[in-house]
Amino acid sequence: MIPAAFEYARASSVDEASKLLNKFGEDAKVLAGGHSLIPLMRLRLAQPAALVDINGIKDLDQIKESGGKLHVGALARHVAIHGSSVVNEKLPLLAEIAGEVGDNQVRNMGTMGGVIAHADAAGDYPTLALMLDADVVTNRRTIPARDFFKDLFTTALGPDEIVTEVVFPVANGPHKYVKFRRRLFDWAIVGVAAQKMNGGWRIGLTNVGPTPVRATAVEKALHDGAKAEEAAQHASDGLDPAGDLRASPEYKKHLARVLTKRAVLQASGQAEGKQ
Amino acid sequence: MAVTQLVGAKIHRREDPRLITGHGHYIDDFTRTGTAYAAFVRSPLAHARVKSIDVTDASKAPGVVGVYTARDFKGQLAGTHPAAPAFVAEKKYVPERFPIAEKEVCYQGEIVAAVLAETKGQAADAANMIQVDYDELPAVMDLEKALDAKSPKAHEGAADNVCWDLAYTGPEVTEAAFKEADVVVKQRILQNRLAPVPMEPRGVMAEYETYDKKLTIWMSSQNPHFIRLFVSGSMGLKESQVRVISPDVGGGFGSKISPYPEDYLVPALSRMTERPVKWIETRTESIQNATHGRGQFYEVEVAAKKDGTLLGMRMTQYLDVGAYAGTFSAFQACACLMAGGAYKWKGISARTIGILTNRVPTDPYRGAGRPEATHLVERMVDLVADELKMDPVEVRRKNFIQPNEFPYTQSFGLVVDSGDYEKALDRALEMAGYQDLRRKQADMRKQGRYLGIGISTWIELCGFGPSAATAPATGGIALVESAQVRVTPTGSVIVYTGTHSHGQGHETTFGQIVADQLGVPLENIELRHGDTAEGTAFGYGTYGSRSLAVGGVAVSKAVGKVIDKGKKLAAHMLEAAEEDVVFEHGSFHVKGSPDKSKAFGEVAFASYGMSLPQGMEQGLEAVAYFDPPNLVWPFGAHIAVVEVDPETGHVELQKYVAVDDCGNIINPMIVDGQLHGGVAQSIAQALYEEVVYDDETGQLKTGTLLDYNIPGIGEIPAMDLDHTVTPSPTNDLGVKGIGEAGTIAATASVINAVVDALSPLGIKHVDMPASPDRLWKMIKEARN
Ligand SMILES: Cc1cc2nc3c(=O)[nH]c(=O)nc-3n(C[C@H](O)[C@H](O)[C@H](O)COP(=O)(O)OP(=O)(O)OC[C@H]3O[C@@H](n4cnc5c(N)ncnc54)[C@H](O)[C@@H]3O)c2cc1C
Repeated sequence: MIPAAFEYARASSVDEASKLLNKFGEDAKVLAGGHSLIPLMRLRLAQPAALVDINGIKDLDQIKESGGKLHVGALARHVAIHGSSVVNEKLPLLAEIAGEVGDNQVRNMGTMGGVIAHADAAGDYPTLALMLDADVVTNRRTIPARDFFKDLFTTALGPDEIVTEVVFPVANGPHKYVKFRRRLFDWAIVGVAAQKMNGGWRIGLTNVGPTPVRATAVEKALHDGAKAEEAAQHASDGLDPAGDLRASPEYKKHLARVLTKRAVLQASGQAEGKQ
Repeated sequence: MAVTQLVGAKIHRREDPRLITGHGHYIDDFTRTGTAYAAFVRSPLAHARVKSIDVTDASKAPGVVGVYTARDFKGQLAGTHPAAPAFVAEKKYVPERFPIAEKEVCYQGEIVAAVLAETKGQAADAANMIQVDYDELPAVMDLEKALDAKSPKAHEGAADNVCWDLAYTGPEVTEAAFKEADVVVKQRILQNRLAPVPMEPRGVMAEYETYDKKLTIWMSSQNPHFIRLFVSGSMGLKESQVRVISPDVGGGFGSKISPYPEDYLVPALSRMTERPVKWIETRTESIQNATHGRGQFYEVEVAAKKDGTLLGMRMTQYLDVGAYAGTFSAFQACACLMAGGAYKWKGISARTIGILTNRVPTDPYRGAGRPEATHLVERMVDLVADELKMDPVEVRRKNFIQPNEFPYTQSFGLVVDSGDYEKALDRALEMAGYQDLRRKQADMRKQGRYLGIGISTWIELCGFGPSAATAPATGGIALVESAQVRVTPTGSVIVYTGTHSHGQGHETTFGQIVADQLGVPLENIELRHGDTAEGTAFGYGTYGSRSLAVGGVAVSKAVGKVIDKGKKLAAHMLEAAEEDVVFEHGSFHVKGSPDKSKAFGEVAFASYGMSLPQGMEQGLEAVAYFDPPNLVWPFGAHIAVVEVDPETGHVELQKYVAVDDCGNIINPMIVDGQLHGGVAQSIAQALYEEVVYDDETGQLKTGTLLDYNIPGIGEIPAMDLDHTVTPSPTNDLGVKGIGEAGTIAATASVINAVVDALSPLGIKHVDMPASPDRLWKMIKEARN
């Protein structure tokens, strides 16, 4: 629980951060909220040679609507996203999800960029980014979410590349995120997001594989007029989740189906909220 | 009128302003000049031979003071880990245990090397550089397989894996009962292994003064005097040369009672290096190494008559001792002696088997044996009710020991001092709205919803304990309690106790007792505990809900002696006969003439002066020991209401009602606080927590709080609490312990509720933790 020694530098601009990452080399890491990175360092599962702290970079935490899209800065904390009037108006599903990440401490520190870059299979924002075709913007380029999440904890980011913002489409129709977990502050055992958009449904699944999953078969079935119960049966099509202490692969697949049904029914106001 | 303003009053805890504003003093708040930091290298394997240890790189690492292996401690420490007789006097096999392994490691986490460095970080870095070459051996993990003669052994070369095997009573005592039976119900009941996870992990700092040959140990302990006894013995020091200071302690739950390897190694390192040495346990070390609780299973059979009368019980406890016998591990066998619960039986046949495995040792964990007993008997009573299609409330009522039958000698000869079980149950049923709940349940079932109501009418024994019972159980030292009360010339009072609060609020409750008895304000009373250099010669620690029922009574007795001396002196000052002096409201006066009086403060001051009665020595202080004539027997009735989501297996705990009886109540707020914490911890066992090791390799899979599921406030419902008051006849205060009650009671009510919810599916038993994945699987199988 005592991390290995590391260098530390604080950047005041994205440029400077990128230069510092270059200077320290491959083993350097960006430090944002620290709520994923520091625990790994304490367990010595991560031993970066240097940390480049981006918390001092001005304006990286901005949340705004521009060009008909919702821009969420990499340093926007969960608590800010949850409370943001722009988010609540333009993409209320994101506000809902942000309010259910971890506990108060996590929500006060953890960031949009951190969740996206960390790419934990149980991360909640990646699911939303994928299913809504969001874009991940870095200091170099714009990467569509569908090309961003490569594998467990693995993304398209280069070693000195920094996420600056995530750009979501505006969607304020019926929506619901059903997050099944043992404890209120836990990560999802399985999570399902449903968003009505452009006349169709977008359905995303959390923690049923190494990367987030878009349940296209469910979307299609709903589009073709299937009832929520029937369409949800397709939620586990093609899934091959890993089992863990909380859930067997079988149980996760079952949850994907049950929670998909609930997400769609609750989003469309046909059922009361329960996890 | 007796002065009783404080006892019974809901006053705020005196320790809270300090503790909740971060001004407490925990072990890591202490550092001595020149301190070196220790880190330990622990076996990553559950069972292995240690072939070689290469310390070359570590020795040369920055800041390293020294690297040490078993050989270095051989001349420093002697003897083996103490294993008390407890409830099993005759152990079959107690493996030798030196604080640091030399040739063989027997659980993941066992220490093989120590590093001392100038900083914590350097010590941790160097520990990572030590290369240990192991030869992996098969790990013994399954309790039943471990008993097979062909099983690998938890310790190489041992004849078997049996630490103990004792039948308290044979099958013959239940033969008649089972012959008479209309129904017999059988069940295997698991007790999941639990990690205590105190908010403050353990920690030890030691400073050996070479020239004075004095050792001071600062550590987070529930039991400082016993630690002094064990460590001085192992280090070849006299008890008087060792001082153990246990400052504010951030929780223990039993895991800070027994000595640990680090308690010996850190002082030995200080003596070797002539430097203060400090070690603070990390969270993962805590989950991996602090003694675990439970880890058992039971085979139980109960015989009953058609009308619900309980006849006999046959039970065997299979207890996972872990890799070494814990100091008080055999205490957990009291689950056998308590298996009868609140009911009358013709006979109980009980056997306990302690089994060695390659897991960390188990030892008492909040409740220790009584939660297991309660869970067992309360589950079995529900199974009988289910079999006979009776209301579980009626089966309980039919079999309760009745108020007029106390003192009641139960199946194993223990004498239950007092009780009124039906009264507590009636109150709980009323608070829960039991009949309405049953109607609601029937309605919901029609809609395919699964509501469950679970009852636990628990009893326990605590307040250890009478010398006759406890001296043989510890190997000679009776668990009585002592107190010293000293009054300063200006009338302030210092109370020393041998118990040591680690969250129980003794500064408040003991203060309330003294304040009322002496008639002095609470602010004038100071409680000192946790330092072996202060107070009486020996203290016996805080566990087994004994602090108030034994220690508090000792304090009250010592105050009584102070008052007696005060009366003599006051009589002298008032020129009255001693028999004519009364002490009331903090002043001594002559019977019938209240104006002829001396305030307590005046008498205290005079006691240090020159005009004392013939033969009286100066000062106003007293020591008292209390050796209780019996244990105390709290009880209560808990009701849990749950709804199980049949699609996901999720259990929603909707309501929790508890009516408990701990005799006279000193501070209702502290009693409720103890219950809130205890019930939460028990809900945790029922629904969330379990230490999981890999069945084959013995690797710990729940080594962080991400995987070890401690529930948070979001998982624990608001509780409806009430009390009945049946004063204990065992002590003058009429009190019984309440520290473990919640933990003892709640697993049974919660699991009974879950089973009740699922009973329409034909489910008759659910093991703990009743996690959603487990329930989903059961529901699916029941429906197929
Ligand atoms: C108890 C607990 C519960 C949690 N529950 C949830 C949950 O339910 N759902 C959920 O989604 N998350 C959960 N989290 C994770 C939390 O949201 C983290 O904060 C998040 O995953 C990482 O964000 P961070 O800002 O803390 O990043 P950090 O921990 O600082 O960094 C994480 C990783 O991302 C990299 N990184 C960070 N920012 C950038 C950037 N701008 N550009 C490039 N790389 C970057 C870092 O180098 C590092 O590798 C939980 C965490 C805890 C401790």
